[in-house]
Amino acid sequence: MSTADPKKMFEQEAQDHLATLESALRDRSGVPGDRTLIDTAFRALHTIKGSGAMFGFEPAAAFTHHVETAFDKVRQGKAESSPELIALALRARDHIQVLIERPEEADARAGEAILAELGALSPSAGAASGASAASSAPAAAGPRTWRIRMRLPRDVLAHGTNPILLLDELCSLGSATVTPLTDEIPLLQDLDPAACYTGWEVLLTSSEPRQAIEDVFIFVRDEMQLEMEPMESVEKSQAGASAAKGAAPSPASQGAVQEGTPTGVQAQLKPPAGQPPAEAGKAKSRSAEAAKVASSVRVPAERLDELMNRVGELVITQSRLTQIAAASTDQAVRAVTEEIERLVLELRDTTMGIRMMPIGSLFGRFRRVVHDLSHDLGKEVELVTEGEETELDKTMIEQLNDPLVHLIRNCIDHGIEEPAGRQAAGKPPVGQIKLSARHAGTEVLITITDDGRGLNRERIRARAIERGLIQADAVVTDHELFQILLQPGFSTAEQVTSVSGRGVGMDVVKRTIEGLRGKIDLSSTAATGTEITLRLPLTTAIIDGLMVRVGQGRYVMPLSAVEECVELSPEEDVRTRSHSFLNIRGELVPFLRLRELFATKVPPDPYQKIVIVSSGGMKVGLALDQVIGEHQTVIKSLTKLHSSIEMFSGATILGDGAVALILDIPHLVEYGQMNEENLRAAE
Amino acid sequence: MKTVLSVDDSASIRQMVKMTLDGAGYTVLEAADGAQGLAQARSKTVDVIITDLNMPVMDGMTFVKELRKLPAYLGVPILLLTTESDAAKKAQAKAAGATGWITKPFQPQQLLDTLKKVIG
Repeated sequence: MSTADPKKMFEQEAQDHLATLESALRDRSGVPGDRTLIDTAFRALHTIKGSGAMFGFEPAAAFTHHVETAFDKVRQGKAESSPELIALALRARDHIQVLIERPEEADARAGEAILAELGALSPSAGAASGASAASSAPAAAGPRTWRIRMRLPRDVLAHGTNPILLLDELCSLGSATVTPLTDEIPLLQDLDPAACYTGWEVLLTSSEPRQAIEDVFIFVRDEMQLEMEPMESVEKSQAGASAAKGAAPSPASQGAVQEGTPTGVQAQLKPPAGQPPAEAGKAKSRSAEAAKVASSVRVPAERLDELMNRVGELVITQSRLTQIAAASTDQAVRAVTEEIERLVLELRDTTMGIRMMPIGSLFGRFRRVVHDLSHDLGKEVELVTEGEETELDKTMIEQLNDPLVHLIRNCIDHGIEEPAGRQAAGKPPVGQIKLSARHAGTEVLITITDDGRGLNRERIRARAIERGLIQADAVVTDHELFQILLQPGFSTAEQVTSVSGRGVGMDVVKRTIEGLRGKIDLSSTAATGTEITLRLPLTTAIIDGLMVRVGQGRYVMPLSAVEECVELSPEEDVRTRSHSFLNIRGELVPFLRLRELFATKVPPDPYQKIVIVSSGGMKVGLALDQVIGEHQTVIKSLTKLHSSIEMFSGATILGDGAVALILDIPHLVEYGQMNEENLRAAE
Repeated sequence: MKTVLSVDDSASIRQMVKMTLDGAGYTVLEAADGAQGLAQARSKTVDVIITDLNMPVMDGMTFVKELRKLPAYLGVPILLLTTESDAAKKAQAKAAGATGWITKPFQPQQLLDTLKKVIG
């Protein structure tokens, strides 16, 4: 059977169908109103029509189509089944048989006559003949960019449609960027795992006509929401032109889009089935929303700073409100307060997001620096950048310029060797400086790597001893050695060049980075290069802090620096008087008594708490009276008068209006480690 | 290799589907009506179903509804073989869970394109 010629099979089948048709028609003339027979006749006609055209019997198929249309009316009870109709149908049946079996003998005029008579019996029998597939729109002149927003019906997955295939097909039409719209995904408890909640926005650049793009969705077109706008019209609607007009290059298809297309709001409220057509007003607001998505606004930086300040004030006020509400027994007040707290946090995050800029703009400036400097020094250096898209607070990007210029200069001047020296060392003559940025948790890491000779440990050591920074016999770790490099006025350059060697650079770099609450790490391998990593917080304005109490004063430390909190028992307290070390799971951690550091006179709490903080991979414990809890901290800088106090990096205003100082963790850790060294030296 | 279940009371249509799909590397199972189709679907693993609407014993509409009641066939694409005059039935079958349709008469390439569209 599998080897049979379908055409022959069709002829055979058609004969069977025609026989069925005939018997059905004859029976029909005897027993009026029998549905089974009329259905059988209808199916026979239908099959002949459907298959006929596929196997090369177009005339038979076309003729059968008209007969079928007339028959369908009888079937649906719209036309009378009369003896005349039956007789005519039998004649039609015979004509079909001729068309299939001996098409060359078929008399076209006989067929037309039958159709004419059929038309007379059932008034609109021939009218459906015009039905044909919609002709595709003429091809667009060149590639256009379309903004396509699509939402599939919820049950689309159960109905066998794979949205990924649709997206793939869409992407195959040109170059496309697909963004998921996740706003309609409900909470987990409301989520139906078999439903499709995600929508997509696709920016498609394609030279295909609109119809071809819409045809991708042919099977789901009637049930889905689909908005397609050429990008020009999106811009137009932004310019203030009527959004609805701008979005509708072809009124007919746009009408089809809106009809039966639920708006986003309605879709959230109601199940997808049976949604009313979108009203004009809602359609407009949807377009307005669409326009907002694609646009950008230039705003003066001061206004952003102002906004950030206001949000900062709002956060402070909100924390006051939270404090008051916590003392209140009124449930309603507490509920509203909680809501406000959430909104304020979101507002804070959004506002901080606005200030974010990709660091690429900064990296771009250094190409010139590298080019000029390497030329001046007779070296060949190429700059490679990575992670330009990494976003960082705008003000921070500006302040990073000078430190980075300095670090790059150092790399070229001290790090990268002359071309001859490089070749002697088996390196390519062109040196490489890599500048990369990436996010790591709440920090941004900026790394400057060179493939030069690396730091000269011996020379740094010798110079440090010479300057009395370290003891001649001291054992110095790499980390400490590099910290020495960051000391003011420290330089190992034998001669001062125009570029570097005055030793005024690195400590300025260090100060700037620390001013941004960042850290510097150096690592270097002799002959292979140096890597400098700057760790910076994402923003300088607001941090999540941990509030603690020492005596009567409250202090805040960045939560990101906190490792853990432990209790210091009175016995342990006494025991550790002389050597402030704590055994944390086998690791000796030095700790500082903040009460002593801050000269607190108030009697201590019986149980002292220790908060372990870390910075640059080193830990130190801070002994204090009470851990109060997490605190949204808006950082206010200290006045010039106080800015030299290294223990504090700033201050914040608490909910009750009091001021809390923000602990400068890197300094405290350094201080703690220094104490540890002194103690070790004393022992 | 994907398995296609072709359900049609017309042997010639089934033959046409089979010849087209065999050549394209699909495995084709056949059934002459909805009831047979359902039996096939229950006993085998099928990746996509192509069904006629007008069939004796169990028509395409009922077949689609019954298929969608089987947990294993939630999400399996079902394509209807329809003609232009079936628009209303097509819409009903869509609502009952059909995925798409192929309009008769069709060329072999149209069949392959449509299959590619729903199962990749």
